[in-house]
Amino acid sequence: MTLLEVDGLDCRYGLLQAVRGVSLAIGQGETVALIGANGAGKTTLMRAIAGAHRPHGGRVVFDGADITRAPAHRRVSLGIALVPEGRRLFPGLTVEENLRVAAPPRRRGRWNVQSVLEVFPLLQPRRHMVAANLSGGEQQAVAIGRALMSNPRVLLLDEVSLGLAPVVVDAVYRSLADVIKEGATVLLVEQDLTRALKVAGRVVCMLEGRVVLEGEASSLDRDRVVNAYFGLRRPA
Amino acid sequence: MTLINAILQGIFLGAFYAVLACGLSIMFGVMRIINLAHGDLAVLGAYITFVIVDHTGVSAFIAFLVALPVMIVLGYVLQLTVLERSLKAGILTPLLATFGLSIVIQNLLQLTFSPDVRSLGGSAGAITTSSWLVTNGLSVSALGLVMLVVALIVFGSLQLFLSRTRAGWVMRATAEDPDAAELVGIDSRSVYARATAIAVAIAALGGLFLGIRSVFDPQSGPTQLIFAFEAVVIGGMGSLWGTLLGGIALGVAQTLGAQVHPQFAVMAGHLLFLTVLIVRFGGGRVVLRTAR
Amino acid sequence: MKVQRWTRTSKLFMGGAGALAILLASVPLVFDPDLVQKLTTLLILVLLAAMWNALAGYGGLVSVGQQAFIGIGAYGTVFFAGQGVSPYVAMVLATLVAGVVSVPISLFALRLRAAQFAIGMWVIAEVISIIVRLDQNLGAGTGISLIQLNQYAPNFRQAYTFWLALAFTVIFLAALYFLLRSPLGTSLQAIRDDEDAARSLGVRVAARKRLLFVLAGFGCGAAGVLVVANTLFIEPGSVFSVQWSAYMIFMVLVGGLGTFEGPILGAILLFAIQTTFTQGGPWYLVGLGATAALFALVLPRGLWGTVEERLGLRLMPVGYRVVEAKRDDRAA
Repeated sequence: MTLLEVDGLDCRYGLLQAVRGVSLAIGQGETVALIGANGAGKTTLMRAIAGAHRPHGGRVVFDGADITRAPAHRRVSLGIALVPEGRRLFPGLTVEENLRVAAPPRRRGRWNVQSVLEVFPLLQPRRHMVAANLSGGEQQAVAIGRALMSNPRVLLLDEVSLGLAPVVVDAVYRSLADVIKEGATVLLVEQDLTRALKVAGRVVCMLEGRVVLEGEASSLDRDRVVNAYFGLRRPA
Repeated sequence: MTLINAILQGIFLGAFYAVLACGLSIMFGVMRIINLAHGDLAVLGAYITFVIVDHTGVSAFIAFLVALPVMIVLGYVLQLTVLERSLKAGILTPLLATFGLSIVIQNLLQLTFSPDVRSLGGSAGAITTSSWLVTNGLSVSALGLVMLVVALIVFGSLQLFLSRTRAGWVMRATAEDPDAAELVGIDSRSVYARATAIAVAIAALGGLFLGIRSVFDPQSGPTQLIFAFEAVVIGGMGSLWGTLLGGIALGVAQTLGAQVHPQFAVMAGHLLFLTVLIVRFGGGRVVLRTAR
Repeated sequence: MKVQRWTRTSKLFMGGAGALAILLASVPLVFDPDLVQKLTTLLILVLLAAMWNALAGYGGLVSVGQQAFIGIGAYGTVFFAGQGVSPYVAMVLATLVAGVVSVPISLFALRLRAAQFAIGMWVIAEVISIIVRLDQNLGAGTGISLIQLNQYAPNFRQAYTFWLALAFTVIFLAALYFLLRSPLGTSLQAIRDDEDAARSLGVRVAARKRLLFVLAGFGCGAAGVLVVANTLFIEPGSVFSVQWSAYMIFMVLVGGLGTFEGPILGAILLFAIQTTFTQGGPWYLVGLGATAALFALVLPRGLWGTVEERLGLRLMPVGYRVVEAKRDDRAA
């Protein structure tokens, strides 16, 4: 059952076209990895789905309803949550305040401050620490936890491994695996091909704003993926 | 003794300036807007209170409680119509738009009420005039005490609101990163509207105190704006308690200046303001630059 | 593609502007003193609008305190005339004083960010106003007249004042014009668009802004000089009033912020409104304020800026135009 659908999406920054006619469908419970080189349009696409970027054309459909015009905060209450690139925590707020701020009253569910801290035990001693003083890995954990607080139906993760040591990324992905195990629907952007292929059921590769490859992670040949990623052997 | 008395009076005066400045500080802290119509909004609040007093004969404080919801609604409207557009436009736009608004408010007031000065002192009762002689040469006015207590309550409540309530955290989050706030489900538009409503309501409170301790007329707005702004800058822009301290510092500077010469009071405040600006932004680097 | 400076329209217009200046010089010889006085007022407005635009439109500096320099110019004139200097020489001196005073003020004012700069300048104007009020020789709070001008017959006085106004306006507009055409002008545009990027390219942002600030100091001082020459009587309340800033903001916002022609258009508009609504009082000010706010929000490029953008029209060659070569560019 398709939960989230993107139809012919076209996103621009002034005269620069970042996303060109992208169509994508994500089913309930799926984990889809969005891969591609820097500048391929992945973050723009994520932001457009979350409502932070107004598309120039095309549609975003969630659970059958056209949400293209809906502002970002409205989409959160509908059940879409984005963990933005670069974490974007509120630096002056504590860990707990960062989490509590992101819990709209109408979306109660499995996730609350307590359960988030259970999935990210490294945060428990840091509960009342101001976010600006946290390490990169801790910040990433808070950022993911913050998105979870709205009990989203679709979780969007943009480059959670960015700027983190591999050991830390492992820890983050372990916690993420727990979340995914519970049946969440996840769309994640990941630069690390190996990790992406390991955690996702389906892979979508973008290049210069377009989708150039799509398929089951298990059935995709790694060479094909690399070629698509870098745009090698493209028709002239 | 007169020196200590001057300082004491300065603290009371400063409490008034702090209340006047509070709303300006909130709007800057949350939205990075300096509302050049802030002083005029305070005066508008004073006029609304005055109208109620004039028509019903109740005490100024009761009248203020009735004027308060009107001002709160006005704050919401102001945000949603004028300020929101300015936010998206550019850095210059809020200054220009609120300056235009200031002119509009002043002249609409002039058309409605005539240029005559008004006062709320008469309807405020005994508070306006009573005072106690603490010791020889040290007098505490009832109004001064009330303003100081109210200022502490207002600032204290705001502090509690921002640090202990979810709505307060939401406001701080939106102030720090409106884009990320939207992404976690916060409607930044309504947060801004709330901030403006609070700011305008407190401005009206400042207007009430202005009316009680002195007189006001349609053109009084700009003067209040300058004092409010000076208080915010002296205390450090973006700091809530800083605004309270800045207001008090301004008040004390003025009363001490009056000791030198009665005409010097306001000037002393201006000089303190300019000095703070120079020290914070000018200073050694300026000298080095010109020496090149 | 070609890079063009002069278009046919701008060549025509510049020729026309030159002819206009010469024509204007003959005004006092043809018209009666009342009309000459009004036209002098128009020239003052043009000068003020151009100067405020130099600050805000080209320098990104919104000042709500230029009345400081207007006041210095006006009171400086009275002061020098009172010292025995011939009135019109006193006027030139006062203009110089205003410009010179702007230099030390700029040393710290320009380090302030947007809102602090705006209100900081206002406070400076207030401080100067208070200082002036204390001086009995300058009429204290009640005002003073430039009685030394009475030595001239009204016709001559009005004529000399008009020619001085015309001279000042032409000089300052020309100064601004050449400034904008120079490499300085392009760097100013860059500063306005993105200050940090400009700085990283080596543009000396601070020096450029100081130049504009001092130019505006001179210009507004000149305007103040003309105010006292035109109206003969000044008082601190009106000459240091923040209402001057209101007029300047209106003229530039409505005319076109950041364009050369816009402020002139705005000045003409304000002049037309002022002469039509002399009895207006508060209503006319409400209109001015509301219009300025409206333009800031809805039509930020002002009337001229919008026209310029839509029609690609440019009367004065102060920018560059990239002219498209006729070729289809379809490569991905």
